[in-house]
Order: sequence, then C-alpha cells, then structure tokens
Amino acid sequence: MKQITSVLEGTGSTVLLLLRSLSFVGTLPRQWARFIEQCYLIGYTTLPIVAILSFFLGTVLALEAGYSMQDFGAKEFIGSLVGLAMARELGPMMTSVLLAGRVGSAITAELASMTVYHEVDALTTMNIPPAKILVLPRLAAVVVMMPVLIIIANITGWFGGSVVARYTSYIGISSESYFAALRHYTKFKDVMNGAAKAEVFGFVVVLVCCNIGLNTRGGPREIGAAVTRAVVLSLILILILDYFVTKVLL
Amino acid sequence: MATETMDASRSKTRNPFTGAEADAVSVRAEALSKKFGALSVLRNVSFEVTPGEIFVIMGPSGSGKSVLLRQIAGLDTPTSGKVAVDNLDPSLEETRDRVRLALVFQEGALFNSLSVYDNLALYPREHRSGDEKAIREKVMHALKILSVEKSAGQFPSELSGGMKKRVAIARALVMEPQLLLYDEPTSELDPVMAATISEIIATLKQEYSVTSMVVTHDRSLALTISNRVGILMAGKLVTVCTPDDLRKSQDPRIVDFLNPKIDIEHPRFKGLETKDDP
Repeated sequence: MKQITSVLEGTGSTVLLLLRSLSFVGTLPRQWARFIEQCYLIGYTTLPIVAILSFFLGTVLALEAGYSMQDFGAKEFIGSLVGLAMARELGPMMTSVLLAGRVGSAITAELASMTVYHEVDALTTMNIPPAKILVLPRLAAVVVMMPVLIIIANITGWFGGSVVARYTSYIGISSESYFAALRHYTKFKDVMNGAAKAEVFGFVVVLVCCNIGLNTRGGPREIGAAVTRAVVLSLILILILDYFVTKVLL
Repeated sequence: MATETMDASRSKTRNPFTGAEADAVSVRAEALSKKFGALSVLRNVSFEVTPGEIFVIMGPSGSGKSVLLRQIAGLDTPTSGKVAVDNLDPSLEETRDRVRLALVFQEGALFNSLSVYDNLALYPREHRSGDEKAIREKVMHALKILSVEKSAGQFPSELSGGMKKRVAIARALVMEPQLLLYDEPTSELDPVMAATISEIIATLKQEYSVTSMVVTHDRSLALTISNRVGILMAGKLVTVCTPDDLRKSQDPRIVDFLNPKIDIEHPRFKGLETKDDP
C-alpha cells in the first residue's frame, strides 16, 4: 500500500512539475543564457560519448549480422539491417540510456544538493519558482538537443557498420553496396520515428530527474540515493515507454 | 479590533536604495502546531510581532526554532493553527507577490554556481526591477553596506563562514524586504564576527525599520538587539518579554538556559578521566 502511494505521489508531483514548468514557457526568451548553458551540457558534452557508443554499436550490429547472414547469402542486406536498427531502435534507446546515466544523474545530483542545502528554499522565498529557472530551461534544451544527438548517433552507427562490413574478411562488402542497401530500406520516416522516440525518452528522463532532485529530503546521503533512484527509474521508464511509443509509431 | 490597533500604530520601513517609505509588516502566529509523524515539534505557539520590531526567538538546540521560522517564511505549513504575515498566508505565492519577505538561512544558502554579484542580482533580474545598470548600482550598494564589495567576483565556495553570512544578508537586503527573517545568524562564527553580524542586524533595523525576526541560541545577540524575546523550549513558547525582563526572570527554566552550569560530577561525565593522569 505504501509503495502504491509512493508511486502515485511521484507521478502526481511529476505531472504537477511539468504543468508548472510549462506555465512559464513565455519566460524562455528571457532565460536565453540558461537555455544555451543547458544545451551545452545536455548536447555538446554528451555528443562525444554518444558518437563513440553508436559507432561501436554499428560495428557490432554489422559483425553479428554478417556472421549470421553469411550462411544464406544475405550479406548485402547488412546495410539495411544496421540502418533500420540504428534509426528506429538502437540509436534513440541507447542515446536515451546515455542521457539518463550522464545528464540525468548530474541534474538530479545538482537539484538534490540545491534542495538539501536550502538553495531551492531560498529561491522560493525570493518568489522565483524553481520550475521556472531550474526545470524549464532543461526541458527546452533536451527537446532541442535530442534530435541532434540522434542524427549524430545514426550517422556514426551507420558509418561503424560500413567499416566492419568492408574490412571484415567473412563479410567483405563494399561501402557503396552497404550504403545502397541502407538507403533503399531506411526511409526518412524511420529516422523521424526514431527522433520522435528519443524526444519522448529524453523529455521524460529530464523531467523525472528534475522531480526527484527537487523532492530530495534529508542530508548528503540522500543525494546519492536520489541519483540512483532517478537513473534506475529513468531506465525503467525508457524501456516501458519504448514498447508503447513503438506501438503507436508502427 | 486587534488589526485596527496594529494598523494605526504602523511604522514605515525605509528602502535602503531609494529611501522611499513603505508600511512595515506584522507577523502573527495563532495556536501554531507542527508535527512530523508522531513527533510534535511546535505546540500551540502564539505570538505577535509588531511592525518595525526586532523579535528574537531563543531556545536550546532542537526546540523547534528553525521549524517555526520556516512556517513564517511559508516554506512549511502548520499541522494546526495559523500563521499570518501582514494578515496573509505566507505559504501562498500571492502573499510573496505582495509582501517582500527575505530569509537569511543558517548556512547562507547562497547559490554555489553563481558569483556573489550574481547571487545578489538574481532577484532584481528575475523580477525585472530596473535595467542592468540600476541592478549593478543596487547590488554594489548592498555589498558596500555589508562591507563585502570586494568579494563581488568571488564564488560562495571561496568565502569564509562570516563572509557567507554577510553576503546572505546583502542578498536579502537587495530584495528591499518588509520582513527580514534570520536563522541562527551568528552560529559557527568567532566572537568578533558574531558581534559584527549583531551590529549589522541592529543597524539595518535602526536605519530601515524593517520588521525582523531572529532565531538564535546566542544569548548576547538576543539581549543586545531585540525589542522583545520569546523563549521556545521543547516546542512551547514559555515566555515573551523584553530583554530587561528576561534578565530579571526568576523562572528556573529561563535562569538555567541563560546561565547554564556544567555539573562535572554528573554521571554522564564519569569515566572521561584520562588514563595518563598520575
């Protein structure tokens, strides 16, 4: 019973935080500096790790696909498999998982420490709503930066697959054939579906992490616990949402 | 009736930046109680702070002083009873729109990611009170009042405890408050710095007539700066009186609190002798 109450409380406070943040959308132009700072933190600093991860995701996909497909002469479809898998599923999901681990944890740690050390209380007494200056710029930044991260993830993943397809002895298909298959089977709609998924995942990750950070009570020990809770919950939500969003987009 | 009397005798606060006068505000707590689960932290606390007064709440650690201050600042809501700032509920956003209320937190609660200057400039920027030049003048003036203008470019992590407290008071001052709340303003400070902070609080009251509430267990601060003192013990307000009456009080609880005696024969000190003693 206590757990159900806690889930309902968490859901309620997250929705309220979202509504409260959205009520300040009109103030975004005046928060340009905060928005750019968050774009830098969410987008620019995450970009290298997203690119590295996606590159190797593409290489592993090509490697496994080449190994499985060589027996029935379907190696020329490796490009289409890597292309579709990256665009529709692995790109958005792995980027969101990275976002939860890297950005989500940092957001929760920062907001939780601000809460524990009364900085959030200070904002409240100054009549500056935390939802306005701490949450809204982060939500806006993730909406803008997620498609950028997805495009980079897709491109590096596709490229990683092409390198493996070209230079692995038991695959050995040219980059032209690889990209021809990729272009033929991976449509613009697939890329857009992936980007839409990533938007949903990224938005939920940032919102949940902000909410957990702002509702942290206690001392420094609770900051660590809040970060763990935020990351675990984000990962669970990404997987659950993945099923439902995929079903809607199919 | 009580409200009418209060309004009639209402004093004015003087804006430290413009010199403009505004009505000082009152604070009233009626049968205020606060519980955390089964733990009763405040029990039936009632008092009134008149406009322009410095009201000090004293009490031993854990007596509920800071919890009381959080109720008045509107950061927490009481379990039962009522708290009103200028006859308004302080936990409502509309009240904070109408009454400028500033709280100086025990640890300062400065924004660690912002410089001292930006800490002070945040409020006027967010509330669009003037252009950047006017904000700069106001911030530097507040820093100057607290003698910390040289620290404008520093970050809170680079400041000492006393400097942080002064910056926190300067940040409160920038808000042009009608009600100024201090939570343990002299804790963790050396006697010289504690005296400086006491002097600053008294000067701010004298110069600008801001209604002030100070929560402290610092006896000398309370008796020096206050108009009236309330003693809070185990969540109950045992007395409200002037500093002179407090000094003369024969109530054993107050006498013990103001003049604590350490009984080294008490069982709790047994066994603390060092083994090396001849």
